[in-house]
Order: sequence, then C-alpha cells, then structure tokens
Amino acid sequence: MGIADHNSVTASNTTPLLDVRGITKVFGSLIANDHVNLTIAPGEIHALLGENGAGKSTLVKMLFGVLDPSEGSIIWKGEEVRISSPSEARKLGIGMVFQHFSLFEALTAAENIALSLDATTPISQIADTARRLSVDYGLPLDPDAMVGDLSVGERQRIEIIRCLLQKPDLIILDEPTSVLTPQEANKMFETLERLKAEGKSILYISHRLDEVKRLCDTATVLRHGNVVGHCNPQEETATTLANMMVGTDVQNASRELSQAVEPGEPLIEINSLDRPPATPFSIPLRGINLKVRAGEVVGIAGVAGNGQGEFFEAVSGEALQNQSDSVRLNKVDCGRLGISGRRLVGAAFVPEERLGHGAAPGLSLSDNMLLSRHTTDRKTMLGTLGYVVTSAVTAARKRVVKEMDVRKSGEDPEAAALSGGNLQKYLIGRELDRKPKVLIVDQPTWGVDAGAAARIRQAIIELARSGSAVLVISQDLDELFEISDSIAVMHDGRISAPLPIAEATFEKIGLLMGGAEPGHMAYEDVKTAEETEV
Amino acid sequence: MDMFQNILLTIATASTPLLIAAIGELVVERSGVLNLGVEGMMVIGAVCGFAAALMTGSPWIGVLAAIIAGMLLSLLFGFLAISLATNQVATGLSLTLLGIGLSGMIGENFVGQAGIRLPNLDIPVLTDIPMLGRLIFGQDPLFYISLALTAGVMWFLFKTRTGLTLRAIGDSHKSAHALGINVLKYRYLAVMFGGGCAGLAGAHLSLVYTPQWVENMTAGRGWIALALVVFASWRPWRVIGGAYLFGAVTIGQLHAQALGFGIPSQFLSSLPYVATIVVLVLISRNRRLTVMNTPASLAQPFVPDR
Repeated sequence: MGIADHNSVTASNTTPLLDVRGITKVFGSLIANDHVNLTIAPGEIHALLGENGAGKSTLVKMLFGVLDPSEGSIIWKGEEVRISSPSEARKLGIGMVFQHFSLFEALTAAENIALSLDATTPISQIADTARRLSVDYGLPLDPDAMVGDLSVGERQRIEIIRCLLQKPDLIILDEPTSVLTPQEANKMFETLERLKAEGKSILYISHRLDEVKRLCDTATVLRHGNVVGHCNPQEETATTLANMMVGTDVQNASRELSQAVEPGEPLIEINSLDRPPATPFSIPLRGINLKVRAGEVVGIAGVAGNGQGEFFEAVSGEALQNQSDSVRLNKVDCGRLGISGRRLVGAAFVPEERLGHGAAPGLSLSDNMLLSRHTTDRKTMLGTLGYVVTSAVTAARKRVVKEMDVRKSGEDPEAAALSGGNLQKYLIGRELDRKPKVLIVDQPTWGVDAGAAARIRQAIIELARSGSAVLVISQDLDELFEISDSIAVMHDGRISAPLPIAEATFEKIGLLMGGAEPGHMAYEDVKTAEETEV
Repeated sequence: MDMFQNILLTIATASTPLLIAAIGELVVERSGVLNLGVEGMMVIGAVCGFAAALMTGSPWIGVLAAIIAGMLLSLLFGFLAISLATNQVATGLSLTLLGIGLSGMIGENFVGQAGIRLPNLDIPVLTDIPMLGRLIFGQDPLFYISLALTAGVMWFLFKTRTGLTLRAIGDSHKSAHALGINVLKYRYLAVMFGGGCAGLAGAHLSLVYTPQWVENMTAGRGWIALALVVFASWRPWRVIGGAYLFGAVTIGQLHAQALGFGIPSQFLSSLPYVATIVVLVLISRNRRLTVMNTPASLAQPFVPDR
C-alpha cells in the first residue's frame, strides 16, 4: 500500500499530507458525506467544523478505516490508498482520539495505554512508561487507576496519550478540550503546537470556535454532509464561523431578563454535606454548604474528578445521606429520600452520562420518558391499575420533541439512535416538561453541538427566570459564565463560596480550580489576598 | 494418618476435572464468550478418550483424542456463536444436548468394558515418603497438569500482552476492534482452548476417576465448572479454591454417609450444591469484586460494523 516511500514524499512541502477527493458515503437513503474534499498540509492544524449530524464523524471514520467510502479517493503522501481498518490507518501514520471513548473500563490506565504500544514494550515497564509520558505531554494521570473509576476528563487524557504514543503523522482529535480546565487546555495546546513544530499535522474537531480561531491554520466547514467552506479561522470571527456551520444566525443564550428578577427564597440548600468515598478511587465530600435561591442559576466549576460526580449522586438521591437536613430541596428535608422521593417534592435531575445513566440506550424515547416520570406523573401516565397510558406518554414525548427541537429519524427511535446533542435536548426537555421547582444538571452540553448547546442553555435560563432554582455542574467555563448568576468551584471534595458573576473572572475561577495551595481557598481568601497585593 | 492422606487424595481426584474444565471456561469467558456447552464437550471428551485408549492401548493417545474431540465440538460452537453471531446461551445449551446424545451413540459398544487407567506418577523414594509422599509425588499426571494449567493461565492473562489483549476484548469488543485487534480470531482461539480443556477434563473422568464408560458419566460436572468461574469471579487462582472446596464437600459427605451420622443421605448429597450457592451469594454481595472482574461484553455477539 502507500507506506512504501516515506521519506522522499514528506520531504517536499508542496505535496499535501492528506488529500481527500470527492469522498462520498451513503447509508441507505441518507447521504452522510457528499463529494467532500479536504486537504491537509504537513505541519498544519486543520479544523473540521460542523454541527452534530453534519457528517464530521462519518468523514473521520473513513479516514481512520472504520468505514468504507462509497465513492471518492484518499491520497496519502501523494499516493492513493485504501484504508480498510484502523490498524491499517495506524500503519500509515494516522492516529485518532475518539469522541466516544474506546477505553477498557476494567483495565488500568497503564494497561489501556499498553494495548496501543508496540508489542516489544515489556509489560512490567508499562506503568513507568505511562507515568513518564503523561508528565511529558502535560496530561498527568495515575497509571494504576482502574479506568472505570476515572472521570470523563481523565479518560480523555488516556485517549490522547494513547494516540500520541503511536507517533502518527496525522492526529485526528475529536473534541479534545471539552473536559479540560483552561489551564489544562492551554497545556494541551502547547503540546499540539509542539507536535506541529515537529512537522505533524492535526485534524482538530471542535465546537469551541475561539479555540479553533486560536489554534488552527485552516478550517473546513461541513453542513448536511457538504463542504460549505474552506477558510482561515484567523480571519473569521466566532460568529461568522458559527453562522457557516449552522446556516442561520446562532444567538448566545441571553440573561438579559435576569437583572429584573429578584432571587427568592432558597430552594436548594446543602448543609454541611459529608460523604465517605464510595469506592477506593472516589473522592470524599467534605462539609459542603451551598444555597440556590428561586430564580437563580448557580454553576459549579471544577476539574474533572474533584467530587462533582459524587456530589451529584448525593444531591439527586442516588446516594442517601445520614442527616435528612443535609440536602433540602424545595424546602423539604430530602437527605433520606431516594430519587423518586426527591422528584416528588419537585426536583429534577439530569446526569452526566447520557447513555446508560440518563437514558436506557436500547429503549425508545417514549419508554425513556416513562422511566423517569412514572412516579411524578403517576396520575397521567399510569392508569388506575398501574398499566401504562400510552397516549399520555406519547403526548409527553411529542411535546418535548417539539419544545426542544429534537431531530430524530423515525417517530419513536431508540435513545441510542439519536445524536448526542439531540438526545441531550430530549433528556433536558423531559425534566423541564414537568416544570420542576429545582433542577440539577451535570455537564448539560458535554459533546453537544453549538446549536443544541445554545438551545439547552436558553432553556435552563428560562426555567430559572420562571422562578425555579437551577444548579449546573460543568467543566465548560464558557458555559458557566454564559448562564450562571454565580459560580462556585469544586476542588478535592470541597466547594468554594459562590462568586457573583459580576466579580468572577477566568483567572479567579482557574485559581480555585487548581486548588490554590494548600488544597482549597474560599472566595473570601482570594479577595483578601488580592487586597493585600494592592 | 494414612487415612488422612487417602481422603486428601480422593479430594484431589474429585477436584481435578472441575479445575481443568473451569480454567478453560474462564479463558473463554474472559474473551467475552459464554459457552454453556462445557458439559457436552466434557462428555464427548470422556467417551472419545476412553474409546481411543481402548483401541490403541495407550491412555495418552486417549487423552489426546479427548482434547481434540472437545476442541472440534467447541469449533462448532465457535462457528455458530462467533461467526454467525447466534445467541450464545441457546447455542451453548444445544451444544450440551448434542454432546450428550453424540457421546451415547459413540459409546454404545463401550458400555461395561474395562478401561485403561492413566498410571499414577511413581518416583522411587519420594513417592514412598510417609504422610505426604503420594499426595505430592504419586498422583495421576492430569493432577499436575491441572495445576500447571492454572498457573499458566494466570501468567498468560496477567503477565503477557496476548493475555492483556484477551481481557481487553472481553471488556469491550468494540474498543478492541477500534484498536485494530482481530476480535473474532482471539475468540475462536479462546473457545478452542476451552473446548480442549473440557475434553481433557472428560478424559480425567474416563481414564482416571472411574476408568470405564458410563453414559452421561459427567453427571453435571460441566455445570459446576461453569458455576465455579463465576464463583472465582474470573480469577484463575480462586478457581483452585472453588474446585477444591467443591471436591472436599463432595468427598466429605461421602465419608459422613459412610460413618452414619444419622443425617439423611439426600441432605448430605446436596451439600456441595448448597455450598456453591452460599459462596455465590457471599461473592455477589461484594459488588466491587464482581463488577470489576466480570467481562463486560460477556455473551454479547460481536459483528464488526463496516
């Protein structure tokens, strides 16, 4: 195949590293990619932009040998190649970090990395190699930790390291920074810049347009399977890029109304919440205090794996507390109530994982509707003898689909058949449809395209404005700054005092996220520290 | 004290076929395949081993024949469950039925014939050491093979790259496929290893335990081997513990019956099964132990999507 003449071809800069010509992929009646052209030069960071469902994943899967193109050619280093499997792609020098992780949960981080190393690396040295490499690339991780116990952010680090280890000429990164702190993302940009300086090319898929502007040399924008433009992101603004992707004007969620509404009484009260670690790898919660008043959106920032998951479980009732007043929702002591009990007092929850936690992947949207609402909507959805009132469930499903603009194939598809953004819209809509007094969301827009994210954020703000209390846990700082009235930071199982949005800056939040040695610094301390400096 | 050694020897003999069959199935399940046909492959191994030994006069050829017979039957399972992606539970169950029926047919002319026993190890001096000599140096060769097999599987699964790959496939065949690992090839090899082990375990029954052919002579041992894999939470060394616990309770209840404690013999006979259930319950209570070790893609057919 095309591996034959490595050196002579890469030497000339005029030959593109990768030249995709008129590639087409047809699934049944759907044209996922329609004569797409893409050219990547050596040492270039190339952005691939597009909404979910625009055909980015299909294109990238064909480049990585996961899918066979229906038509068109791939020219790698000047020679036409047929990439029939991922290992073939890897042999050619194409590496990929997947958006949906391809990690093994029951294996350790080191073992996961080992599976991507060449077979000559002795198995006993893998842990050390992994530790060293993770520090080199600015992506620290514990090689002996079981992947199943790691947070999404930590898992992504493993994916990135695993890909970089294969020393590819072209690295495909799918949404790499969506779970990193600004500082971590900066470190990763440095790594990418370094790789670029070494002559590697990067195909960078992201929804974060400012990132694309900052990092990428060229961009290809896809919409509905067609290339709608090649451009230089430096010359565009985030808005023009977004407009290209969506085809219509995207608007930032507006908080304008917020100033008018006076926050009411506290509807979420967390009083010195403690929780011992549930597994040897999880973070204990230590004395968490937090209040969210009616009409308010409070954001919780923090680096992945600092106890956000544990906190969500404790508040949603997946884990019960010893003290019933340590979690008060809608003015009711809920510490000893389970999820359904807490829902009954008017609370709603959307967990981080969409498939398997927020929704049962193999069940239809209607069935998923019933799964979370059979208790709260018993009267309408379940008949007198407890049989399912299909019409009520269907009506609720249709309402949510319409309200949140969920795009799907078929009338009532399986949850797993929806794209990430559309499923997330459905799950948020499912809770909003109940008009809850309290909403707690973990990572509302993780891996969701710009259009869907904007819709979700708008819906969250609207709920708060209608007099509910909303708590948003997110690793996306831009998002928190966009929708929150105040931001608290979680670090090592503790939570800082919320910073009002007017006073919050990326630097202050970033400092708290990093733990501001030793361990934790409350907002008051930061303020005092600043004052003394002045 | 010789009686003590005799009891231990009988326990070892009762436990060895369970250990061999279970360790083979453990490798199969670690690759994400659930082959419920252990009983069928074992009984085919028993009859083929017995027949081959009788016809050639060499018990070792019998052992070899048993392994090959088990592998062939597992290959049929592999073709159905791996290549054609049929339901593994149903396929495994029918494999057991097929094995039992087939073995009855093959063994028709061998019923009641005196068989050839695989000779015990006999090392001058060492075997004659009182108390422990026969236990350590004077048992049947398959006893030593069973222990070596367990140690080998432990080393293979946790110390070699191929073993790591196998565990990875069992955890997530999709991810393994994305890494470019040939999932189907690994699963075929694992299934054949399991089949060979089940055949060998069958040979132990008809060439060591009771050197003769009786129809359906495995008497549910294949099922117990399957339970032992769960019991051991997919850890090889725990299979030894499980197999010997089961063997000890089996032999213990026989002795208790012989001594006549006045306990109904039916109750005593059921003890090994009761013990299995109790331990399974205790193990399942430890969520972490089971969740971390259960191969996540167990019994899920894999169809590469292209």
